[in-house]
Amino acid sequence: MNQDLQKERAGASFKPELLTNVLDGSPENTRRRREIENLILKDPDFQHENLNFLSRSQRYEVAVKRSATMVEKMRKFGIADPDEIMWFKKLHMVNFVEPVGLNYSMFIPTLLNQGTTAQQEKWLHSSKGLEIIGTYAQTEMGHGTHLRGLETAATYDPETQEFILNSPTVTSIKWWPGGLGKTSNHAIVLAQLITQGKCYGLHAFIVPIRELGTHKPLPGITVGDIGPKFGYDEMDNGYLKMDNYCIPRENMLMKHAQVKPDGTYVKPLSNKLTYGTMVFIRSFLVGESARCLSKACTIAIRYSAVRHQSEIKPGEPEPQILDYQTQQYKLFPLLATAYAFQFVGAYMKETYHRINEDIGHGDLSELPELHALTAGLKAFTSWTANAGIEACRMACGGHGYSHCSGLPNIYVNFTPTCTFEGENTVMMLQTARFLMKSYDQVHSGKLVCGMVSYLNDLPSQRIQPQQVAVWPTAVDINSPDSLTEAYKLRAARLVEIAAKNLQTEVIRRKSKEVAWNLTSIDLVRASEAHCHYVAVKLFTEKVLQIQEKSIQAVLRRLCLLYSLYGISQNAGDFLQGSIMTESQITQVNERIKELLTAIRPDAVALVDAFDFQDVTLGSVLGRYDGNVYENMFEWAKKSPLNKAEVHESYKHLKSLHSKL
Amino acid sequence: MVGSPVHRVSAEDAWSRSMHPDIESERHSQSFNVEELTNILDGGAQNTALRRKVESIIHSEPELSLKDNYFMTQNERYEAAIKKKFHILMLAQRLGWSEGSRELQYASRSVSGDLGFAIHHIFQKTIRSLGSEEQIAKWDPLCSKFQILGTYAQTEMGHGTYLQGLETEATYDAASQEFVVHSPTMTAIKWWPGDLGRSATHALVQAQLICSGARQGMHAFIVPIRSLDDHSPLPGITIGDIGPKMDFDHTDNGFLKLDHVRIPRENMLNRFAQVLPDGTYVKLGVPKSNYLSMVAVRVDMLLGEVLPLLQSRLRPSDPEAKVLDYQTQQQKLFPPLAMAYAFHFVANNLLEFFRHSYSSILDGDFALLPELHALSAGLKAKLSDFCTQGVEQCRRACGGHGYSKLSGLPSLLTRVTASCTYEGENTVLYLQTARFLIKSYLNTQKSPGSASKGSLPQSVAYLTAPEVARCPARTAADFLHPELYTKAWAHVAVRLIKDSVHHLQTLRQAGADEHDAWNQTTVIHVQATKAHLYYVTVKIFTEALEKLESQPAIQQVLKRLCDLYALHGILTNAGDFLHDGFLSGAQTDMARKAYLDLLPLIRKDAILLTDAFDFTDQCLNSALGCYDGHAYERLFQWAQKSPTNTEGNPAYEKYIRPLLQGRRARL
Repeated sequence: MNQDLQKERAGASFKPELLTNVLDGSPENTRRRREIENLILKDPDFQHENLNFLSRSQRYEVAVKRSATMVEKMRKFGIADPDEIMWFKKLHMVNFVEPVGLNYSMFIPTLLNQGTTAQQEKWLHSSKGLEIIGTYAQTEMGHGTHLRGLETAATYDPETQEFILNSPTVTSIKWWPGGLGKTSNHAIVLAQLITQGKCYGLHAFIVPIRELGTHKPLPGITVGDIGPKFGYDEMDNGYLKMDNYCIPRENMLMKHAQVKPDGTYVKPLSNKLTYGTMVFIRSFLVGESARCLSKACTIAIRYSAVRHQSEIKPGEPEPQILDYQTQQYKLFPLLATAYAFQFVGAYMKETYHRINEDIGHGDLSELPELHALTAGLKAFTSWTANAGIEACRMACGGHGYSHCSGLPNIYVNFTPTCTFEGENTVMMLQTARFLMKSYDQVHSGKLVCGMVSYLNDLPSQRIQPQQVAVWPTAVDINSPDSLTEAYKLRAARLVEIAAKNLQTEVIRRKSKEVAWNLTSIDLVRASEAHCHYVAVKLFTEKVLQIQEKSIQAVLRRLCLLYSLYGISQNAGDFLQGSIMTESQITQVNERIKELLTAIRPDAVALVDAFDFQDVTLGSVLGRYDGNVYENMFEWAKKSPLNKAEVHESYKHLKSLHSKL
Repeated sequence: MVGSPVHRVSAEDAWSRSMHPDIESERHSQSFNVEELTNILDGGAQNTALRRKVESIIHSEPELSLKDNYFMTQNERYEAAIKKKFHILMLAQRLGWSEGSRELQYASRSVSGDLGFAIHHIFQKTIRSLGSEEQIAKWDPLCSKFQILGTYAQTEMGHGTYLQGLETEATYDAASQEFVVHSPTMTAIKWWPGDLGRSATHALVQAQLICSGARQGMHAFIVPIRSLDDHSPLPGITIGDIGPKMDFDHTDNGFLKLDHVRIPRENMLNRFAQVLPDGTYVKLGVPKSNYLSMVAVRVDMLLGEVLPLLQSRLRPSDPEAKVLDYQTQQQKLFPPLAMAYAFHFVANNLLEFFRHSYSSILDGDFALLPELHALSAGLKAKLSDFCTQGVEQCRRACGGHGYSKLSGLPSLLTRVTASCTYEGENTVLYLQTARFLIKSYLNTQKSPGSASKGSLPQSVAYLTAPEVARCPARTAADFLHPELYTKAWAHVAVRLIKDSVHHLQTLRQAGADEHDAWNQTTVIHVQATKAHLYYVTVKIFTEALEKLESQPAIQQVLKRLCDLYALHGILTNAGDFLHDGFLSGAQTDMARKAYLDLLPLIRKDAILLTDAFDFTDQCLNSALGCYDGHAYERLFQWAQKSPTNTEGNPAYEKYIRPLLQGRRARL
């Protein structure tokens, strides 16, 4: 064990294990998670060469092999519940992307949400056992988050009782679905349903794409890999083009909407129900933001404790870079953010399950808020985590750029979260729509509930708007509750500004769409402020629930840092809204520096508590034992370029000497 | 808008010969002459013509094509980069392009800098700036003729930007008149230098000089590392590639471990310091002179690497050009566009200052070195930070397709981001500028008669300008006056610099140790430095605009970008401007209004402004960003060429088939 890390761990004010239990939800959950992790991490069948040294084709091959092994093992270990597969197996465990992943994360859940009992009977068994491998094909080359813009058409023919699928243009080619290029033999395709000469919007169809037995594309199907990407080397993201391709009527998922044999269309009860899968994935992505940022913090903070550089005092040995204020200022607010997002993620998961049960009982009342909240929080957390991971990488200096740090991989595999499952700006605007609706509701005299209930207290509801300056300015910067209030006021103010600007534009422009566009920067600001408030609120509430004193103390410091740092970064909003005074902002900046010093002794223990195994981190810099340099040298020696002392490309150099 | 018929692209279009209608409409009405703006960027119409000539020569050589880059392995990229370099050198020889000529610069730009031996030139430059006339006469021709290949080995595994922390030692042995160069520990292994892993025959090694028992700090030594006959490592040398990185696959960044390697006394570069045969150490310059080559590299880097990367990103690359009509999209793309123009003028300005001061430094006049050092350090940090953020913002603004390597954006990002940590980690560089600012500020506080109070260096002259406590703006339009926002930035910079000096002095007076006091105030020093640099860049941009009076149309369109650049910074740092009441809440709202109103004005010219950078399609190598706007067709065509589609699927035979069939057999 590296001595610096040993010292750090001995000096911590709390036991990381207790905090790990808080993060997992209970000691029992921690035990179960480690059990599953060890089943896989200790299994020789999962050992393979370091992916960083392999070409893209080789990486894909390793991933397919691991997926195949994984399927065998899951049966053996009795992990069958889609939730457990998702939460535990796929991402919690192994830092890796799998080509058959969409079969479990999208194909099967969609079948469950949108398929009839008969359809589930027909497809579920074979897809769970991977007799068929399915993927989910929604995005098209020219169209993404905006679902109504999709062009793929499914035209019903009552004669043959078949749907005829067509990709009429280049822009309509399905593009990006994971596992589509080379792995899957079925896809759930989203297409515009046309029957009896009328278009009824998007519906889901099960489409066989490759022949069972030979794996060759079926006639009428053009399918392939979309080529190299920023990350996700192991994944065969694919394209799919269909030319007059026929599937039987029964292949349309008909739990909600139906097409009768004669072509009559039967409407679903609520068009919101189809959002189920997306809400699930988005709420899951909030947790994913937390996990990835936590990983990056673990690597950067451990390495900063091991790395010595420059000098604070001349003549003395080089200090740990974690002792530099600028380094603490880069990393500790991110650490606090990682904790905040851990709790936001846990909350989202809980809420999703609760509301999903209500939906099962036919109660859709909370769905709009859930939909708005998942959209906004997905965007808010993934934007923040994305920038945070990159900041952690740069905090590791030059070595962060090497794949041995593990950080480039975390970044490139995480960053698509900002664009997939709903582009973030579009997500923020969806949340804004909900906020505007709530604002209007309050304005028309009705109360709103849930996370937006602060709109009920808007000053404009009670007093004259120009008296905004009399809002409570007695913010106590040492009280998380009081800071939550401050964020609430900021959100309320920005929502109100956006609403008023929108109204002004609507009056001036006559067209609601144009007005909406011309206010969209304000609207995104309002959504961000709302999400920020939610994160601060959830973190504050979580701290209060903690019984163990030592854990509560350390989390309270992080919670304060998270809240104060956000104020410092957005000081303009708090000053302009008269929520805080100039001297309070000065105090906030001073308090942040004090907190950096206070958190410093616990920094390593705080990342230890995330409880990532070395294999999961995939980082030489972030090793638990801190033996960074020896292992970096060993790692580099294994690079394929070093196999021969004089590389074969020397021939080019040689000819250079002779010809010039 | 999205999804409307105009965005549906039929596969039967003869797209390769036509212009996409969306892009064409953007170029329809021109509020300014694009060609004239291109000429300004190139520094004259002659340069534009020359550049295009060079580009057409380069693009007509199939050996220099970038087409397959995204499909190549690290090994293939490395070989291709060397092959390209070789080819360009042959061309240069044939066409008489001399070393350091514009032609060669343009050639490098047209292949996006994807060439081998980049560090060889730094090796050569360092010898020219740190070597004696005699040394230059010996080594320079060898470099020019590529009879040796050099690398610059400074960074060690455990030590980076902080030069004095390096562990590699060069101990003088008077008996043999040799230096013994040695890596005493694991952390002392040289790590990261480009061209070192597989190519270089010589390394310029930065090492602690020890002579007559005393440590004399960092000096540069020429160390032969590979045999000139068979390229094998020389005795005592352990060398290799440091393994896969985020990017720079074409460069063999390497490691170098020296085990008591002996080199002759003459191999120490001795323009500013030398060791006499008997081991006496003689100093000829100031301690900072060693930084000269780093400063040179930084200036070079800004011009050669970082800036073109940002600019090339901003081509009309959006697949749905009309997505540009969304206000949120404008908010994402126009600030980086404004930055690209701002930084163009900043880089030119810095280069001018560098040329002016460099020659006097070589002659032993070091008066301008502190300012040059501070300015180049700070601007390198700011520009690389902003470019990285800007490129990433552009990449994400392209939605999912920005994630495909075929968009060209991931490679731009992974390259530009490296510049935040190489040639000096950015935070360390900001703090170097901060020290200069504090020194300059303290200088203004000295009593007027004091002997040491000289005139302030030009970049900090504003520290003594009369103060304005309140911003005079009364309408949104007032925020479009360059003088007003330049003064606003000056105000905030001065306030923050004062504030950071105040914090420092308070801690000192409270009895804190000098160095603890510094460390406890670094966060605010960085903040102050960033404000200073924002001020400097705004000022340079506004001054450049003044010189464009004879071209009013271009001046107008660039002024909008300048306004946007300044206001965007004010709004993202609104807290700093509101803090002491310099801006009121109402004024902040005015500034926001002025900013938002600029977006639609810039919108009209956006595509033309990116056209003016005049990047060829071959150089951008982006399926999304081609001049004709046919993003989707190209994306589909390029994807089909991917080896994943052309080379079969071994994983199917090996794993997928057994997986599918094994299951069926059991069912």
